[in-house]
Amino acid sequence: MSSSTAFVSISDLRKGRQAVSAVIESAAASGCGTSGGSGKASCGSSGGPDDMPADIWDKVKNHPCYSEEAHHHFARMHVAVAPACNIQCNYCNRKYDCSNESRPGVVSQKLTPDQAVKKVLAVASEIPQMTVLGIAGPGDALANPKKTFDTMRELTERAPDIKLCLSTNGLALPEMVDEICKHNIDHVTITINMVDPEIGAKIYPWIFWDHRRITGVEAATILHQQQMKGLEMLTARGVLTKINSVLIPGINDEHLIEVNREVKKRGAFLHNIMPLISEAEHGTVFGLTGQRGPSAQELKAVQDACMGGANLMRHCRQCRADAVGLLGEDRSDEFTLDKIEQMDVVYDLDKRRAYQAQVEAQRQAQHEAKQSALKDVAAGTEADEDISVLVAVATEGQGLVNQHFGHATEFQIYEISRSQALFVGHRRVDLYCQGGYGEDEQLPSIVGAINDCHAVLVSKIGACPRDELMAAGIEPVDAYAHEFIEKAALSWFADYRQRVASGLVTHQPRGDARIRQGAFTSAPEAVA
Amino acid sequence: MALKIISSMCTACSACEPECPNVAIREKGGTFIIDAAKCTECEGHFDAPQCIAVCPVDGCIKKV
Repeated sequence: MSSSTAFVSISDLRKGRQAVSAVIESAAASGCGTSGGSGKASCGSSGGPDDMPADIWDKVKNHPCYSEEAHHHFARMHVAVAPACNIQCNYCNRKYDCSNESRPGVVSQKLTPDQAVKKVLAVASEIPQMTVLGIAGPGDALANPKKTFDTMRELTERAPDIKLCLSTNGLALPEMVDEICKHNIDHVTITINMVDPEIGAKIYPWIFWDHRRITGVEAATILHQQQMKGLEMLTARGVLTKINSVLIPGINDEHLIEVNREVKKRGAFLHNIMPLISEAEHGTVFGLTGQRGPSAQELKAVQDACMGGANLMRHCRQCRADAVGLLGEDRSDEFTLDKIEQMDVVYDLDKRRAYQAQVEAQRQAQHEAKQSALKDVAAGTEADEDISVLVAVATEGQGLVNQHFGHATEFQIYEISRSQALFVGHRRVDLYCQGGYGEDEQLPSIVGAINDCHAVLVSKIGACPRDELMAAGIEPVDAYAHEFIEKAALSWFADYRQRVASGLVTHQPRGDARIRQGAFTSAPEAVA
Repeated sequence: MALKIISSMCTACSACEPECPNVAIREKGGTFIIDAAKCTECEGHFDAPQCIAVCPVDGCIKKV
């Protein structure tokens, strides 16, 4: 077998850029391997304190966005105090708001700094594992400096254990770096979609700069210079930076490899490459012009090509600018302004610290249990060809295969080779099982979302979806229920390779998969 | 000579408010309004009206 994978390679992005549907339908793509999976782990901190200097570990260990492992244990919240923006992006329309929808720039309720502080304190006393507060718009945090920094100042005083972060497009960043450092903000996210203004002109119709609206390449040039300068200044001050890039097929897809190189060079800690979300009903320029988002394999191809550059964040859920809770869940409904008014808020620092220490101990125990479980999985020694596959995993957390197929609102995707199982992303899906009955029309969309996977690991699965998955060529696996994900995945893969070796099954490459756009079904408890 | 914000189009993002050299913009009833008595369309201050230049919704701010 010349190639074991059906991944979309960068050269294919360059050549073809076929329509997503065509890619998905052609399960047997042209045999283009990628080097993916051989690089470092998905996130800067998945390993633990051994991977990095102690001071950096301290900054990321309980930050769900900066640590893949932490995001299973610690929660974050965004407060929407910064509605104004100083640039226009073709993928953004801030007028659109729907409570069933989840994507950046969307909020239900704008807050004043006072209201925001109240909300943070309320959430912090209800959810003691909430360790991170971010200001991520819905506009640009630094285009609203007074509101942003008033909120930060008050929180530093009243909730000193909460880490403060902000997101920015970078235009106003250089002039704000001093202020950022004054407020003890040690994580800053900059959205950087290009390092070539010609490309930038296709993404940003205008910027507001020096009392003028500037368009075209001139606008993108200024933005680019400010972004690079701001990044360099933050690095020099020891502020950790995450770079968000929106992958826009045909505009900046392979260019993001260059972006990765440039931001890495300037000290970026993490690079988060996200798929464009562009449904027509969102009313964005890209939505209206029919600019499509990437397929799952197109996204992965670019992410894989960037491995070895800045550390890649693969667990981003592209959350709302007012999200509350663990990544992938949203509890903002529980903390609307009128509900906060009714709450008896007691900010008990000691209690929070005790709780977080417990979470940390639990997480350490899990980490160690996982490591020792993984030791038992002997790497195969037989000399079969070096194949790697993707598997989808249904999990409720704790690093275990512990979710019923029908209860999954997302699947975690692992890339497995003989020696390692590497987390490479997640796919959001509709709930298959609602009220105990499978919804037949939803299954095809789930298959579409994990169509590039060879197997799906679950704690349990009904007979109907089992048959349909098999028919689609995805093996449903419940033999490893409640085992650690990596161990389960490697054990299944060892078994799979044996079956291939004995001729029981023929190893075939898989096709592409769809990235779900737009609507977020809702928090699990709402449909349970 | 003055400008007006079409309230049905205003997203209440507040970007215009701090840009006004005449402090003519304020929030009212969930959106923003321009005090026509104070508005000079930025003449004498800038080349173009600042509120229009920074507003994310094209056509939201018009001459009265």
